[in-house]
Amino acid sequence: MSSDSLLSIRDVSVRFAGIVALDGVSFDVARGDICGLIGPNGAGKTTLFNCLSRLYTPAAGTIAFEGAPLLGVAAHKIAQLGIGRTFQNLALFRTMTVRQNILVGAHAHTKANFVSDALRLPSVRAEEARLAGEADELIALLDLGGVADVAVDSLTFATKKRVELARALAGKPKLLLLDEPAGGLNHDEVEQLRTLIGAIRDRLKLTVLLVEHHMNLVMRVSDKVVALDFGRKIADGTPCVVQNDPDVIRAYLGTAA
Amino acid sequence: MTVRTEPVMAAALPKAWSAWQATGVVALLVIAVIVPFAVSSFHLLQLTMVVIYAIALLGLNILTGYNGQISLGHGAFYAVGAYTMAILIERAGMPYWSIVPVAGIVCFIVGFLFGLPALRLEGHYLALSTFALAVATPQLLKFHALEKWTGGVQGTFVPGFAAPLGLPLAWDQWLYLFSLGIAAALFFFAWNLLRGSTGIAITAIRDHPIAAKTMGINISLYKLLTFGVSAMYTGIAGALGALVAQFVSPDSFTIFLSLSLLVGAVIGGVASIFGAIFGALFIQFVPNFADQISKAVTWAVYGLFMITFMYLMPNGIAGFLKVIGERLRRRRNS
Ligand SMILES: Nc1ncnc2c1ncn2[C@@H]1O[C@H](COP(=O)(O)OP(=O)(O)OP(=O)(O)O)[C@@H](O)[C@H]1O
Ligand SMILES: [Mg+2]
Repeated sequence: MSSDSLLSIRDVSVRFAGIVALDGVSFDVARGDICGLIGPNGAGKTTLFNCLSRLYTPAAGTIAFEGAPLLGVAAHKIAQLGIGRTFQNLALFRTMTVRQNILVGAHAHTKANFVSDALRLPSVRAEEARLAGEADELIALLDLGGVADVAVDSLTFATKKRVELARALAGKPKLLLLDEPAGGLNHDEVEQLRTLIGAIRDRLKLTVLLVEHHMNLVMRVSDKVVALDFGRKIADGTPCVVQNDPDVIRAYLGTAA
Repeated sequence: MTVRTEPVMAAALPKAWSAWQATGVVALLVIAVIVPFAVSSFHLLQLTMVVIYAIALLGLNILTGYNGQISLGHGAFYAVGAYTMAILIERAGMPYWSIVPVAGIVCFIVGFLFGLPALRLEGHYLALSTFALAVATPQLLKFHALEKWTGGVQGTFVPGFAAPLGLPLAWDQWLYLFSLGIAAALFFFAWNLLRGSTGIAITAIRDHPIAAKTMGINISLYKLLTFGVSAMYTGIAGALGALVAQFVSPDSFTIFLSLSLLVGAVIGGVASIFGAIFGALFIQFVPNFADQISKAVTWAVYGLFMITFMYLMPNGIAGFLKVIGERLRRRRNS
């Protein structure tokens, strides 16, 4: 384990009735890296994200985040630790506006409670002003100015994806988990996304774990790539190495056929 | 069963008011304060009940409308508030005004505790368990061992008092103003709560619990606290209701009360603060009105009214008025 490892995953296995979704997966993500996570449909990528979000508990294995064990932490404390995520099949708060969705993303950093909110204490107003400022910055960063006060339900798919990203960033994560951010985007949008991911990493100094089927995007944006197939890790290395790995080629050709 | 407003309306959560919304609210308050001097005591009693139902409906609305936890049993919390008032006046000799916050705290605790098993239930199952609570309430209130306190089947009388500070007001006039003041404070707190981070969090739980959890919201805690606050509002309404009725008995708090509250919340407009006021007007006046139309089929007429309202205003009265308001604004701007 390298000393600057932000996340280390060791021998993680997840089983569902009759299916082994993850089978002894181990790898590290270095602080500041963009790490791609690839694999055919059903390889277990989202399942791994759900373990990191503590929505699933692995049957075996350990996960350490900043050197501390993660699997004893409750799901609602994960954001506070510094892990944020987007969802493969959009999980927005549909009746709420873009701005409100982003504000929920900042929940881990709010101190207001039922009593202070009901009385609207000065501390609540100060916090509200701070959060509004931060939300404005994210709205600008992700080019959501025109729709900031629109209910998310009425937005296009690509815009919704940007809202998910803004919401995840509002939690000021150290580790950002992106589950197929390019899914459903057209060529130009994918190009914009590629610059955006790089810019976010550099500006906000975060580490990214990126699940993506869009090979061109993953290989160009990642510092390192991990490949899964049927719940097992089949390759782990630089984009160039993983791209040419015979097991990876076979996994993709095998499912394409 | 999640209560959803279709089509999705942006910003169901309250925002800061525009100038003329604020003017409207102030005007409404001024009228509300003048009313007890202008109407008969029978109509005053009805209006006092509107104010009280509005508090109860606001409580239910916070839970069902904003947080998505459906309750068919809020009559039970209303009953607990009413009995707290009756018992503490009669057996403990406490002044009625000091019992209002006590009833609120008692109902908060009862609601919080009821919320614990309810955490494991969702949708229809939660609806059924709250229904069970409502069905059981009259019998629990008749319970023998508690008869010394509750008055058993007969119930208990609640005395009237003089207006405080030598104010030249009859008890019913004072009670109306007292209820109105409490309602104004509770509406103000709810408005603050719902537009603050708490309101955003409880609405997020309704819209997408898993995403809410991932954003760091402690869902169990928020649901329990919401249940507690909701029961507290409805319980305070019950405490005031006991003062108005001057009598509490098990049969005042049947399942019909719980259902009426849900009707009021839905017809007024779920996930809307003002919806509670419209809903209160509906459940107070429409049954009387239906009764005047036909004594023989009162409840059939009431049902017809309900269906008509829901058909014409699928987002409740508050949702309907909001759409009209937006249309007017757009016409003025264009
Ligand atoms: N909650 C669940 N219950 C049962 N099976 C599940 C569950 N979640 C995932 N699985 C199964 O685990 C396996 C891995 O699924 P997962 O969603 O992690 O794949 P993935 O790599 O994200 O695939 P895709 O690229 O299609 O998103 C699949 O066979 C899936 O059906
Ligand atoms: Mg997936």
